Amino acid sequence: MTVHVSITLNGEKVSAEVETRTLLVEMVREHFGKTGTHVGCDTSQCGACVVHVDGVSIKSCTMLAVQAQDTEVLTIEGVASDGKLHPMQEAFREHHGLQCGFCTPGMIMSALELVRHNPDPGEREIREWLEGNLCRCTGYQNIVRAIHAGAKAMRR
Amino acid sequence: MYEFNYHRPASLKEARTILAGASDARIVAGGMTLLPAMKFRLARPSDLVDLAHVGELRGIREKGDQLEIGAMMRHAEIAGGELVRSRIAALADLAQGIGDPQVRNRGTLGGSVANSDPAADYPAAVLALDAVIRTDRRDIPAADFFTGMFETALAPAEILTSVVFRQPKRAAYAKFPNPASRYAVVGVMVAEHADAVRVAVTGAGPRAFRAPQLEQALSRNFSPASLDGLHIDADDFNSDMHATAEYRAHLVLVMARRAVAAASA
Repeated sequence: MTVHVSITLNGEKVSAEVETRTLLVEMVREHFGKTGTHVGCDTSQCGACVVHVDGVSIKSCTMLAVQAQDTEVLTIEGVASDGKLHPMQEAFREHHGLQCGFCTPGMIMSALELVRHNPDPGEREIREWLEGNLCRCTGYQNIVRAIHAGAKAMRR
Repeated sequence: MYEFNYHRPASLKEARTILAGASDARIVAGGMTLLPAMKFRLARPSDLVDLAHVGELRGIREKGDQLEIGAMMRHAEIAGGELVRSRIAALADLAQGIGDPQVRNRGTLGGSVANSDPAADYPAAVLALDAVIRTDRRDIPAADFFTGMFETALAPAEILTSVVFRQPKRAAYAKFPNPASRYAVVGVMVAEHADAVRVAVTGAGPRAFRAPQLEQALSRNFSPASLDGLHIDADDFNSDMHATAEYRAHLVLVMARRAVAAASA
């Protein structure tokens, strides 16, 4: 069974014919070419596929594309504006909050929701919030530092 | 994932009609269990009935000493809702400890309760807070609801619509989480009501259950020391790579003591 799915992706209205079993991450990557959202574990554990749907972070490997009908989806590609990195992206660059970089898009999308809940998160809160984001390089130290700095930059 | 037909009803009535007409339909609430099972091809529904747009299944209402929470309320909404926090903080805390932020943004109360995963958190609250499970056709008392591992009193195509929790005098939930999944290796909710103490255990056995022996001890004196010297029988407990049955039995008492201490603080 195929369905017609329309979403607003990074502010732009897009649509595609997909199978009902198509995952949101598959639609975003394969139909719309936004490959910044990664598939790591494909079992809703690692968080490399985190995107925002109607303003909250979700794992796009565990949501059907058809379930996103008529929603606003934000991926890592929609975070920067006017060719300028978002303060959270800039903080990851500045503090070297990545090693191989595979988990980074998910880390940043997750961090952005944390900052919406609490503009000034402490280290413990950041670490607890990252429960669903795994860095297999184990580079958490700088990721936490980057999110702390990114949140601070966003408060300015 | 095998192919299936997808439905998005806007009302309970519409959902019932679709469920009645499909050969092997499954309800999807948050999809945090069903979608992974379908990806592994462990589940093969002919039709998927998505309840995300059924407005009747949402909302939190208080009536006297009861708190009724719609089946489609997400864990994050229960953890962050002021009404839940002010009336039954232990329930908000429990919801806050489920999975991770993204799972809490999708997973629902109704989906978790209807699934009866032996390691899920909500079943402990359902039993400890004398909940009533409401469906599209009847009310089911907590004591009759969880019938086995992934099995409940729900009939095929019966839709869980809300859970009505009883506000306790004090309560707390303590769990020993699996470090990877955050599912409960063992979780215990203790609740002191005006007329009784409830102790409900999840993670340890094939389904969540109450522990009458601990309830009696705490009824006499609601303090962690009341549980000293008690013994939990590990017969029928789960044993897996994460913990043996004996270790789980040990954890029941440890978590119960911590929950009593937290409720008393």
